[in-house]
Amino acid sequence: MTQSYEAVIGIEVHVELKTNTKIFCNSTTEFGGDPNHHTCPVCLGLPGTLPVLNKKVVEYAVRAGLALNCKIANFSKFDRKNYYYPDLPKNYQISQYDLPIAEHGYLDIEVDGQTKRIGITRLHMEEDAGKLVHQGNIVTTPYSLVDYNRTGVPLIEIVSEPDMRSPEEARAYVEKLKAVIQYTGVSDCRMEEGSLRCDVNVSVRPVGQREFGTKTEIKNLNSFRALQRAVAFEIERQIGVLESGGKVIQETRTWDEARGITVSMRSKEQAHDYRYFPDPDLVPLVLDNQWIEFIRESLPELPDQRRARYIREYGLPEYDASILTLTKEMSDYFEEVIQHYHTPKAVSNWMMGEMARLLNAGGMDITRCKIKPTQLAELLKLIDKGTISGKIAKTVFEEMFASGKDPEAIVKEKGLVQISDEGALAAVVDEVIAANPKSVQDYRGGKTQAIGFLVGQVMKATRGKANPDLVNKLLKEKLQ
Amino acid sequence: MDLLQRTAHQLHEMLVKKEISASEITAAVYRRIEEVEDKVKSFLTITREHAEARARQVDKKIAAGEPVGPLAGIPVAVKDNMCTEGIRTTCASKILYNFVPPYTATAVARMNAADMVMVGKTNMDEFAMGSSTENSGFHLTHNPWDLERVPGGSSGGSAAAVAAGEAVVSLGSDTGGSIRQPASFCGVVGMKPTYGGVSRYGLVAYASSLDQIGPFTKDVTDMAHMLNVICGHDPMDSTSANVQHPDFTKFLINDIKGIKIGVPREYMADGIDPLVKERIKEAIKKLTELGAYVEETSLPHTDYAMPAYYLIATAEASSNLARYDGVRYGLRVEDARDVVDMFMRSRSQGFGEEVKRRIMLGTYSLSAGYYDAYYLKALKVRTLIKQDFDKAFEKYDVLLSPTSPSTAFKIGEMVHDPMQMYLQDVCTIPVNLAGIPALSIPCGLVNHLPVGLQLMGKAFAEGTLLRVAYTLEQNTEFTRLQPVIGGA
Repeated sequence: MTQSYEAVIGIEVHVELKTNTKIFCNSTTEFGGDPNHHTCPVCLGLPGTLPVLNKKVVEYAVRAGLALNCKIANFSKFDRKNYYYPDLPKNYQISQYDLPIAEHGYLDIEVDGQTKRIGITRLHMEEDAGKLVHQGNIVTTPYSLVDYNRTGVPLIEIVSEPDMRSPEEARAYVEKLKAVIQYTGVSDCRMEEGSLRCDVNVSVRPVGQREFGTKTEIKNLNSFRALQRAVAFEIERQIGVLESGGKVIQETRTWDEARGITVSMRSKEQAHDYRYFPDPDLVPLVLDNQWIEFIRESLPELPDQRRARYIREYGLPEYDASILTLTKEMSDYFEEVIQHYHTPKAVSNWMMGEMARLLNAGGMDITRCKIKPTQLAELLKLIDKGTISGKIAKTVFEEMFASGKDPEAIVKEKGLVQISDEGALAAVVDEVIAANPKSVQDYRGGKTQAIGFLVGQVMKATRGKANPDLVNKLLKEKLQ
Repeated sequence: MDLLQRTAHQLHEMLVKKEISASEITAAVYRRIEEVEDKVKSFLTITREHAEARARQVDKKIAAGEPVGPLAGIPVAVKDNMCTEGIRTTCASKILYNFVPPYTATAVARMNAADMVMVGKTNMDEFAMGSSTENSGFHLTHNPWDLERVPGGSSGGSAAAVAAGEAVVSLGSDTGGSIRQPASFCGVVGMKPTYGGVSRYGLVAYASSLDQIGPFTKDVTDMAHMLNVICGHDPMDSTSANVQHPDFTKFLINDIKGIKIGVPREYMADGIDPLVKERIKEAIKKLTELGAYVEETSLPHTDYAMPAYYLIATAEASSNLARYDGVRYGLRVEDARDVVDMFMRSRSQGFGEEVKRRIMLGTYSLSAGYYDAYYLKALKVRTLIKQDFDKAFEKYDVLLSPTSPSTAFKIGEMVHDPMQMYLQDVCTIPVNLAGIPALSIPCGLVNHLPVGLQLMGKAFAEGTLLRVAYTLEQNTEFTRLQPVIGGA
């Protein structure tokens, strides 16, 4: 008899905060740069240097904490997490251990139309490490170089409760988390650049069992798709292990995107002892309620609020509102278009249809879209005015997407203005009737749908420019 | 009177009266160094060109009629755990034998801004771990009063340099007594200011919550001037106190009538050399004659200070010293198999025995399963020690004790008995745990060796300590005693 299993998933997300300077010094946080050029004695941990906390980091962490419905601590502190690694200049990371800045939050996600609340255990601040550059791979490299540009870039780590039960929920949680953080403006949350990184803990247990199974931690998840696939794979793998009478080993596994599998990184889980203790170089962080409330009041509209407003004020269907608010960029784009074109549903259709299709095909996000919101508004106005047909508009849109040109310029340049002159169209209609006696006969014989073919022929002859309503009208008149 | 027997404030008078130039003072210091350095060995690095250039700048200022501060042109020696831009800073450790910092410690920068002239970097116990300077990774330093004896530690080089006339004043650092005990052994004045009073930026950390920079001087007046220069808030050090420091020379008052002094009996217990105790009692008698009210008191948790200190200091050290791994600077073994091998062998070769001992102790006390019983317990003891002091200071302006249980001991006498060596700091350690200020001032000799008297005060009450010390100094001859080096 086959046992049925349930997955238990918890996620740790690291988000880079987009402050101008690092968490404990004045070095720039700018991405890239020549190796070791964005450093100073403090972030290099040179002897005698001391950390000084960047106030902006605290503000951003509080903002994120509040947006995730956390309780902000009036008293928190920084601790040292001790471990040796060459990308860590002090051989300890300044983090927060037992008294994080925010705790007890939650996030509501939607999967298959169901809303589910995922608990957030804690959110804390810490410094990022540097990056090792191996000559080839880590095992065979004769030596490695180290780049400390990223060392000391501020991070927040957000730890969820083990509340998710499926790959879809895991993905929805990180998507939602990313949206919320982006809306607060404290991070770009770019998974590909590593400004949002997640480690996923997965275990499985027989349905009905209360105790958790042994978990594994999956790393190297660089996209939502990778996350969902990796979790799905890992659940199946663990069930397979249990079904064949084996035991899941507690370990860290890495996602191999090319092979579509998770691979063991550390076969023997070492019992890490980080010897956390309060960092004596920093003083405890004391926040008063007035300041916390000031930040709460300055929070921008968050995805859930914005979604509700789209439904309420713009009359958008729930589905549209959810998709449009999923990323801040998408939503901000939408808002700008409807400033210039006042039919939200039409804008939504174009964004979720043509635009989404072309972005997906190009593997791009909306920030790289060449069409400006005002240009999309102009295009929609051209349709309303009858200058172009909806069908032609798609062609124009594709051209706009490729070149970023104004719709009017494209219409002019390519001669795509709709033919709405009865005299000009009548001649084409006559030619089509003459050339298609079979269809004409069918129509007259009662097969009214045959008119569709004839309309198509007229459109083809005019290269799509004929006003379809007018063509219909003329055909019907002439075939009576 | 020999130029280098003079104090900074005496030299300042000569400078402003143009009886002497800063360059001449500097030249005299280097003549003295040439004479005695072979015997004393206070320095790890001599910065002669740097010093001469700075002295010339000061002379230009004076010649141009520009105002100069009271310590302008005064030669100062700096303990080699304070970073100096472009000048090797080793902490007397082989692991930092080639480290040249690209920045200057705030305390040193403040002395530079006051036109002081740094003459060299002084020897110390490696990473400030020790009480005799015998733990230096490079060489021994000898006590100018008796070259067969230690100068104390860990700031032994800085204390010896002032006592030997190789500098007029110097800077040391004090984590558990590392300024006061060598000051006591070398017969000079030494002060550990209130924690947070002097910026730690650029001071290579031993135990961050205990480390504090402070001066060695020949008398109390110079001490007040030095505090004026080095104390002050520093935004680069989060633990630096944002307080307005007074002009410390205002406390140079020859009057202690009505001052209440407590003598904790735990600091006069059996472990203290009876002859040292005698000198302390004589000083107490003198202070009483001068109008102070002195009585015995108790700091009941004193016995626990030593174990608490060795847990807290070593725990912090185990983490602070983790960065010396051969990756970025300092010693790196050449033929490492891989990165772990490089870490382990660089550290094995670079660190001395005492440093390794303390890293292991600290790592142990922070380890899972031991943290609560050791590190956390030690923090609680620390709170009790603080409370002892708080309570005592409700009643007394100042607490008084010997600085060290004995006078300077013989080189090699204690190297094989770390516990005996640790006991050297029994009177000085509680002060660091409480974060309060304390100074050591000479109070006589025992068998031709200096004895130090410790005065402890409330946080940021350095002024009161200066006043009591100044009064004692003005009414005795102790701070005017000078050693005769190796019969020279």
